[in-house]
Amino acid sequence: MILGLYNYWVVVVLMMIGLYIVIAHGNLIKKIVGLTIFQTAVFIFYISMAKVDGATAPVLAEGISQYSNPLPHVLILTAIVVGIATVALGLALAVRINEAYGSIEEESIQNQDNQEC
Amino acid sequence: MILSLEAMLQLSIVLPLLATVGIVAAGQQPNLREAVTIGTSLVLFYFVVNLYQGLKQGEVISVQWWQLVPGLQLSFAIEPLGMLFALVASFLWIITTIYSIGYMRSHHEQNQTRFYACFAIAIGSVMGIAFAANLFTLFIFYEVLTLSTYPLVTHAGTAEAKKGGRIYLGILLSTSIAFFLLAVITTWVVSGTLDFKPGGVFDANVDTTVAGAILILFIFGIGKAAIMPFHRWLPAAMVAPTPVSALLHAVAVVKAGVFTVLKVCVFIFGIDLLSVLPTTQFLLYLAGASVLLASLVAMQQDNLKARLAYSTVSQLGYVTVGALLATSAGVIGSSMHIAMHAFGKITLFFCAGAILVAAHKSNISEMRGLGKQMPITMAAFFIASLSIIGVPPTGGTWSKWFLLMGTLEAEQWILMAALMISSLLNIAYLLPIPFHAFFSGDKTPFSRAGVKEAPLPSLIALSITTMGCLVLFVYPQPLYELAKAILAT
Amino acid sequence: MLIQLPALAVILPLLSAPLCLFLRRSLLAWLFTVIASGLTMLVSITLLQQVMASGTIVYEMGGWSAPWGIEYRIDKLNAYVLLIVSSISTVVLLAAHTSIEKEIPQDRHTLFYVLYLLSLAGLIGVVITGDAFNVFVFLEISSLAAYSLIALGEDRRALWAAYQYLIMGTIGATFILIGIGLMYQMTGTLNMDDLSRRLPEVAQTRTVFAAYAFIIVGVCLKVALFPLHRWLPNAYAYAPSVVTAVLAATSTKVAVYLLIRFTFSIFGISFSFTTVPLQTIFVILGLLGIFAASTTAIFQKNVKHLFAYSSVAQIGYMIVGFSIGTTTGLMATLLHLFNHALMKSALFLALGAVMYRIGSAQLSQFQGLGRQMPFTMAAIVAGGLSLIGVPLTVGFVSKWYLVLAALENGWWPVAVLVLLGSLLALVYVWRIVEAAYFNEPPAGRGAVEEAPLGFLIPVWVLVTANIYFGMDTRLSVQVAQAAAQSLFGVSP
Repeated sequence: MILGLYNYWVVVVLMMIGLYIVIAHGNLIKKIVGLTIFQTAVFIFYISMAKVDGATAPVLAEGISQYSNPLPHVLILTAIVVGIATVALGLALAVRINEAYGSIEEESIQNQDNQEC
Repeated sequence: MILSLEAMLQLSIVLPLLATVGIVAAGQQPNLREAVTIGTSLVLFYFVVNLYQGLKQGEVISVQWWQLVPGLQLSFAIEPLGMLFALVASFLWIITTIYSIGYMRSHHEQNQTRFYACFAIAIGSVMGIAFAANLFTLFIFYEVLTLSTYPLVTHAGTAEAKKGGRIYLGILLSTSIAFFLLAVITTWVVSGTLDFKPGGVFDANVDTTVAGAILILFIFGIGKAAIMPFHRWLPAAMVAPTPVSALLHAVAVVKAGVFTVLKVCVFIFGIDLLSVLPTTQFLLYLAGASVLLASLVAMQQDNLKARLAYSTVSQLGYVTVGALLATSAGVIGSSMHIAMHAFGKITLFFCAGAILVAAHKSNISEMRGLGKQMPITMAAFFIASLSIIGVPPTGGTWSKWFLLMGTLEAEQWILMAALMISSLLNIAYLLPIPFHAFFSGDKTPFSRAGVKEAPLPSLIALSITTMGCLVLFVYPQPLYELAKAILAT
Repeated sequence: MLIQLPALAVILPLLSAPLCLFLRRSLLAWLFTVIASGLTMLVSITLLQQVMASGTIVYEMGGWSAPWGIEYRIDKLNAYVLLIVSSISTVVLLAAHTSIEKEIPQDRHTLFYVLYLLSLAGLIGVVITGDAFNVFVFLEISSLAAYSLIALGEDRRALWAAYQYLIMGTIGATFILIGIGLMYQMTGTLNMDDLSRRLPEVAQTRTVFAAYAFIIVGVCLKVALFPLHRWLPNAYAYAPSVVTAVLAATSTKVAVYLLIRFTFSIFGISFSFTTVPLQTIFVILGLLGIFAASTTAIFQKNVKHLFAYSSVAQIGYMIVGFSIGTTTGLMATLLHLFNHALMKSALFLALGAVMYRIGSAQLSQFQGLGRQMPFTMAAIVAGGLSLIGVPLTVGFVSKWYLVLAALENGWWPVAVLVLLGSLLALVYVWRIVEAAYFNEPPAGRGAVEEAPLGFLIPVWVLVTANIYFGMDTRLSVQVAQAAAQSLFGVSP
């Protein structure tokens, strides 16, 4: 029972790792890496959810009656695009922050901001 | 009559507001600007008198505006109590305008256009309060009055004015939002209506605990009635120019407060319900304490305006006591006191302003012997003091008489004693001022070289109000009839 | 043509965005954006009229019918929110040309308008769609555009604020994505209408609970509900003025819309309010938000920060109304949605005018502005009074209904607290008033002129709306009431 749902365990573990990195790391690039792992976990969740045991890819063919659900896969294609856009924007911001502050460490940026206030 | 009474009713509210446009437009020409103000005040008084005639002939005058929120309409109706208030306020606006012209010019005040414009808005909202047909309308104009008088209070723009304004707005807006609005909405939820009805809006089997709580919210929420401990705004507002103190803080604003208290007591609760509520007694003692304590504080003040301000707090307590007594004599006394005190106190403020303009004195200890230089002002001060104290031959006699009758009727002996002691204190803190002015002239340590009487417009104004105090003693019938009609409707 | 209106509402701004990219000149791009946004507003007005007259409109995207295709379903609730979003966006946009001239380098003007249109398209899409996954996609379109818009701010702290917003926003959106996935797993559908019919059958499962929890937390991050509001103040304070005005007025409002949509339409009242202890949690968080954020606002030195914290507090009011769980309560929330959008867009735009003239929004710089910029300051005072909830402004109307709802429900302590909360607003608004009207201008500052008409006109349009809708509440109250009733009646 527990092992049978191993895909969900993978999802949960990946999610936790991702979230932990986002929260615990002060490096802006590492945060984005964490965010990506977090998002990917959700993608895996969708994809594995749609898999039907003993079924094949949803292509009409002779002699096959069971298909996996294609809808979540399609959805995740969209979500991946969104994810890429987010990562791209996040990295772009990190580059600009590096130019403006000379650092990509959260602590150093906060310190500089506090001095300005 | 060209205009219908309904049109006059609406115009009496709208006209002062429209006048602000004219005042601002004429801002560059002081003469034109003040002509606009005086013209408006005269027309307004004409309307109010016409409405009074209409009311006397038994006509029902009411107007519905639009619904602000579904079920809650801005609507106006004329009844005796509102009429009384409107008559007093609109008449005294004319006088104050005359007075202001003398005062503001000889005092070289800045921003006079803003002053006259805000003044007009304030009067418009006072008319709105006086003629409001429901609590909702009244509340809205009550708030507009607070906001439109803020620039008047802080007119000087100094740090002191800022501080005074902060207390003024802080107390008035806070109490009205935190308590008054809550009371209004609770009333709406409990009774389903906010219309003023003779006998009250609550039905007979309303939970008296709830109604008692609402009453407390009302009395605390109507901060303009200056019941202790919410009276601090009134002395703070004395940083305003004297005409503002005179009209707004002897007539319009404070009277709007006690008027609202009376209106709520008579037309929301009804005196029958009021007398059985568990909290009425507590509030009566609170108002009684306010009467006494404010008188005691007034005695300590050396600044004349501050002394008058605390005296006002005390006199407002009289009106609240009268309203809460829930007897017919109490209500009559309260409503008459609104008018009587208005005439007396505005005269006193006019005198205070005249002394400030002519002799540049604001402390009582410096006014000894001033009677020689300013005989008219000081004589007026004396007569007005008598009216506040409540002795013949002044109008104040009648209202205090009815208030005492009210306490007698309700068998509130402690309150009766409080009111009488306070009247004695009035003598102690008011009469020495004219007395020393006339009779201690030789001992004065201050130089009086070149001090003359106040400017002519100011003198005319204070003479008229002084005459008012005297006339109201001989001829109080119109007021009395209006006051008596309040409970009869 | 009329039948295609729902699609048009999204397509107009969405297609205008890439087209705008071809317009090199700032002025042209601005005119083009104004027209696109204005047309979207006309479409929303027409949609609202249709919905009020003849009920819910169902539009099948591309002709694919419901469970397979994406469906746009416009009822009173989203027609109302559509109107708020598109009209505020249009009015604020009127000031954009003047405002960005000083705040954004010339070569990025076109990009600014492109992002603006994308953000608008995303927000409209979120509101109009009837498909749960589609919500996620549009939400991300608008959020990504918003992050970039904020990063356009001239201060370098704008970058850092945008980055923080990006992290928080993405976590929120991903949470929503998880919730949607779980719902799909249980019901096999993404169509909101279908979901609302199938969810009750499986309501008592842990998966549905988890789905609900993920979605609510995700949405609350976007709403900036206390204590998930940390990203908001800096994002609002350092973004270009126009962006702040439009985001403050629309993006959190759309998130509140989502909260209502998921809670009332999709999961249903009985699930959201009886099975889950939502009421208690929300009323406490809402009230805490009001007090904590208002108190913080009082101590801010930067007026943009001050109003940003005030926004967090105002969101608290919406959440309190929502948590009362009655028609009147929901009505109060919906009214405040509209009213707060009017107040905050007016206030932030007026702040934009101040920034334009003196280049700073520090409270100390406001000294003497009462004389130097009388019309702008009058607008800030009027907006502030509305924020306090003074009668004859929109703020009073929302406060009236909120207190009424609390009292009707017997929650009188909530009513008291709500009113006390507005006294805090009095304090922070009056700090600005006193600074502007009771002090001489600071020594080093030269003469300051009144803001240009490019600012004054849109600002005063919004201020007038603040007063007009405070006096004539027919439109807002009627629509909010109809929307609230339909949410409590048969779910759409």
